[in-house]
Formats: sequence, structure tokens, C-alpha cells
Amino acid sequence: MKSEYVCVESEHSAMAASIGASASGARTFTATSSHGLAYMHEMLHWASAARLPIVMAVVNRAMGPPWNILPDLNDSLSQRDTGWLQFYCASHQEIFDTIIQAYKICENSRVLLPAMICFEGFVLSHTSMPFTIPDQEDLDSFLPRYQPGWKLDIDNPISHGTLASSDYYMELRYLIQEAMDNARELIPIVGREYAERFGLPYHGDLLEEVSCDDAETLVVTMGSTGSEAKVAVQKMRDNGYKVGLARIRTFRPFPIEEVKRVCGKADAVAVIDRAISSGIGGQLFTEVQSALCDLDERPLAMNFIAGIGGRDITERDVEKMVMHALKCAEKGRVDQRLTWYGLRG
Amino acid sequence: MMVTLKELPREEYVLPGNASCAGCSTTLSIRLAVKALGKRTIFVVPACCTSVIQGLFPLTSLNIPVLNVAFASAGAAASGVVSGLRAQGVEDITVVSWAGDGGTVDIGIQALSGAAERGTNFIYVCYDNEAYGNTGMQRSGSTPFGAWTTTTPTGKKEQKKNMPLIMAAHKIPYIATLSPSYPTDFVEKFQKAKAIRGTKYLHILVPCPPGWRTDPAMSVELGRLAVQTGVWALFEIEQGVFSLSAPSNPLLEKSRRKPVQLYLEKQGRFRHLTEREMSQIQLNVDEDWEYYRKINQTKICP
Repeated sequence: MKSEYVCVESEHSAMAASIGASASGARTFTATSSHGLAYMHEMLHWASAARLPIVMAVVNRAMGPPWNILPDLNDSLSQRDTGWLQFYCASHQEIFDTIIQAYKICENSRVLLPAMICFEGFVLSHTSMPFTIPDQEDLDSFLPRYQPGWKLDIDNPISHGTLASSDYYMELRYLIQEAMDNARELIPIVGREYAERFGLPYHGDLLEEVSCDDAETLVVTMGSTGSEAKVAVQKMRDNGYKVGLARIRTFRPFPIEEVKRVCGKADAVAVIDRAISSGIGGQLFTEVQSALCDLDERPLAMNFIAGIGGRDITERDVEKMVMHALKCAEKGRVDQRLTWYGLRG
Repeated sequence: MMVTLKELPREEYVLPGNASCAGCSTTLSIRLAVKALGKRTIFVVPACCTSVIQGLFPLTSLNIPVLNVAFASAGAAASGVVSGLRAQGVEDITVVSWAGDGGTVDIGIQALSGAAERGTNFIYVCYDNEAYGNTGMQRSGSTPFGAWTTTTPTGKKEQKKNMPLIMAAHKIPYIATLSPSYPTDFVEKFQKAKAIRGTKYLHILVPCPPGWRTDPAMSVELGRLAVQTGVWALFEIEQGVFSLSAPSNPLLEKSRRKPVQLYLEKQGRFRHLTEREMSQIQLNVDEDWEYYRKINQTKICP
């Protein structure tokens, strides 16, 4: 592969260099985690507003203090409003596939936005799992040479990112929202094309459904907790409980319609957040609630904060949370909107 | 390498109708710099006066590609442009970070230091008006002792950071100080920088009428006085060897230097200086020149 590797001195510079490289017309990749991502924050805004389709792997780890380094989604959820697409993966195969798919989605002229491929530290970053890598030639034909939407071009000199007054600024932001909506349409199309081309399992939806059709109680979560939840749901189904899993795969664009469609049919919804927006609750919970608000009849919704700072979340834990939701559904009310699962007294 | 003004290219890369202040020597510097570098030049501009000089979107006054970036990122973003171009097989474009003194000596120093340490093949230009001019003249690490700014209302108590020597410690192949009041020296240094591979650091002193409280018609004259008084020494550090440039070299002899008072008294930002402070500045300048005498034509930071 003809490529250049820039060993920068910091994450702020990593994103700045990625912006420069992408603006020069090169396909660009970088990776970061936790405080590194937070340090990039300013440049994350810059990358999306410059409409540069950079793809970045984000290994989700806790923010300090205290130093912790273990899995926690607060790092990337804090970057919610930076204009990046955010994918949350539940397996190694999904991480690999999503990185390839993300280039195809982000480089589309109707999108031109950067994407974070998020996955939890250690649980997914330091473990091994068998997975399939398609042949280079096939990948090249799926993802041909990068054709930039714009680039620094001496034959067409433009000043990119110069001052824009309120006459233009609002419209430029509107276009980003429109691009997010376009990505919403493209994500499943690209996912399906990828699965068909390479004969790999399809995971291209914005929201993955497991046994949702007739489920009375749903667990909603993201990332590797989704893998644990899948096992828990299957086990509970075997024991006769009508439960299902809605795993949010893209936090941005947020699957508003999918959440309404899938969760709208259930009696109760338990949202598990491995993160906390102090002062309100889990970030995923507030987004799910916001989508459900549009419905005339809403399911009971409750939020579990679990696994913060790397505390393990097993399928047993998920099962306990879902059982709690089942009881709420029976009673027809939620005792506690926000529960810190496993909190030590 | 010697050029005369008549030999400068006729092409204009700073277009008429830019948004700079009257008497802005930054605009004059961009005009000379891009004439020296030619069309195959890309500018990377962090937050600074040049963000404004380009004009309001969708117009621009610069006829070269410009990537505007956030304040602390000029060195790193330029590294990305250089690497991105190289990945595409393009190596004949001159990438220039064009940053103010705040964006260089303060907030951007890390990204610049990193880029220099990596030996990034680019020219980093600091155009230094000795304060954060774009935001209304707040002190920077490059504001000289005694100067009024909005955040040093009684004059700055600390010394100006010596950025060219900080860059010398990075052992990059070429460093130079420039003044647009000496256009042939200025153009030669840009041409030289363009021809050298690796990181080149050019530091330009740019008189700033609104910030320095000076008559816009005096900017070129003030640039000359800065050099003639020895406040701003023109020099090069090539492969580590320090050498005073032609306009400054004769000033090693103290009698050839004009008193700093001639430079200071023309600027409103130094109006409050006492006789004692004025003498202190003269002493500081004389000390600088004693140091230049010691290091001239020698290898520094070996």
C-alpha cells in the first residue's frame, strides 16, 4: 500500500495532521482513545465542518481522574456533537467490516463527513476472535481509489475555512445535518453490498434487532454490552420470557425511526449505558427517550448505568436488569428512572 | 540568489480588495513571500490576522490554495498536507504554515516543535506583530519588554521569547529573520528556504499600525528603524551556523546602530516608557549584540 505514516507528538496534532492529509486529497485513517480523543476535540469539529471523510478507530476507555484506562463509553459520547458519524461495534468482525464500509459511506458525495468506529478497550481491543479478512483485490474493487469532494489544488486555488458571516454559517451547518440524513440512508445499503460481495454476515443496520418482533420487554444498549445482552436475551427466551435486544449500532446518525418502530411495540424498555452524562443520566437513554417522545403510546423506560470504568458486565448482569424491567412492566410503572447497577454502598 | 526588485515576478497572489488594516505589513509580507515561492505553494493558516486578511467567504484575497485551521495546529496540519501530497506522489509543492506570533510562540509551539523534530519538509513562517492583534492586542510571549497591550496596560514586564533560537535547538537546516522593509533580503531568504529540504523556520517582524499605535504610512520606515537600531537583527542560521545578514552585519559596530529611542518614540505602545526603561531596552539590545558578536559565523546548538 502506498502510504505515509506521520508520527505526531500529540492527539491534537494527530487530528490536525489528518485534516491536512485529507485536505490534500489523500485517504486518511487515525486511531485514538480516551484522553487522546478528548484532546482532539477542537479538531474533531474542524474535520467534520471541513467535510473531510477521515475514518478513526476509537477504543473506548474511561476518562480521568482517577486514571483508569478500562472500558467506558464516556470518551466518545462526549464527542456526540462534533458532526462525526459514530458507529459502536460488538465484535472484531464488525470493527473490521465497519471501517471498510465507513470509507464508502463517508466518501460518498452526499455525505462527506468523518466517522468514528468505536469499540470498548480491552473487551474488544485486547482480546482475540476469529474473523475473516476479504482479499485485497476484492476490497479494492469494493472501495476504489479515493476521489476527494474537494482538495487543496494549485490549479483551483480556494481559501478553505476562511471567515463566513451569519449569511452563510447557518446554511453550512444545515448541509451537515442533511449529510447525516443521507448517511442514514446509505449505511444499510453499503452494509448489504459488503455482506453480499464478501459473503460475510450482514451488520449494516443502524439498529440491530434480536428477537424484537414479539418482545414485551426490550433491552437497548451499545457496543460489547450488546454481545452480552444477545446471550442473555437468547437464554431468557429459552426460559419463556418474551424479551428482545435492540443494539444501537450508529449513535450518529441516531436511528430515530428504528427506535420508534422497535421499542414502540414493547411494554418496557431497559436502556443500559456504559457512560454517564452527570446531571441527567445515560446518554443513550436520553436519546432513546427523545425518539420515543414522538409516539402516542410509549413503553415504560428505565436507565441502568453499568460497567463504568471497566466494571465487568456479564450476560448474568444483563439478565438481572431485564428481569427488573419485566417486573416494572407487570406493575405498569417505573420505580426508579435511573439505577446505578451494582453500585457499592 | 541575489535578486533585485525589478526581477521579482509580476504575478500577484494577494488580490486587490483584501481585508487588512491600512499600513499592514503582514499583507506586504504575504505579497513578497508568494512572489518568491511561486504558484506551486499551499498555505496552512491558523487563527491569526491572515484569517481575516483573506476576506469573507465566499470571497478570498489570496490566489493560492489556503487551508485554514485551528489556532494550535499549524505545524501539524502542514505535516499532514506534506504527507498527504507525498502519498499521492507530489513532492514539488511548497507547503507553508503562515502563523502569527501567538499561534507560533505560545499556543502553536508544540505542533511546530513536533513538525520540526519530524523534519517535515515545509516552511514555517511566523509573522510577528508582537501581540494577539486579531483579537485587539493582548500580550503574547512575543511582546517585547515595556510594550503596552490591552493586557499589559502599564507595559510588559517580561522579555520577548527568542523563538528563532528555540528553533535552532531543533537542529533544523534553515532559520532566518526577515523584515518586509528589506524586500531583497526577504525574497532571497524565502527562495533559499524553498530550495532546502526539511523544516525551515522564517520569522518576520511586521509593524502593525493599530496595535503599535503608529501612523499607517510609517510601517515600512518602522521596519527599517527596527533593523537599524538593532532591535530586530536580520540573520540566518544555516545548518546550525549563525550569520548576520547584509543589512545587520555592519551593526556589530555599536556606533553604526541608531539609538533605540528613535524606534520606540514613534510608537504609541511605548509612549509611557520612562527614561530608565528606555535605557534598559537600549542595554538589552546592546547585550543581544554582544551575543551576536560571539556567535556570528559559528555553529550554535552543536
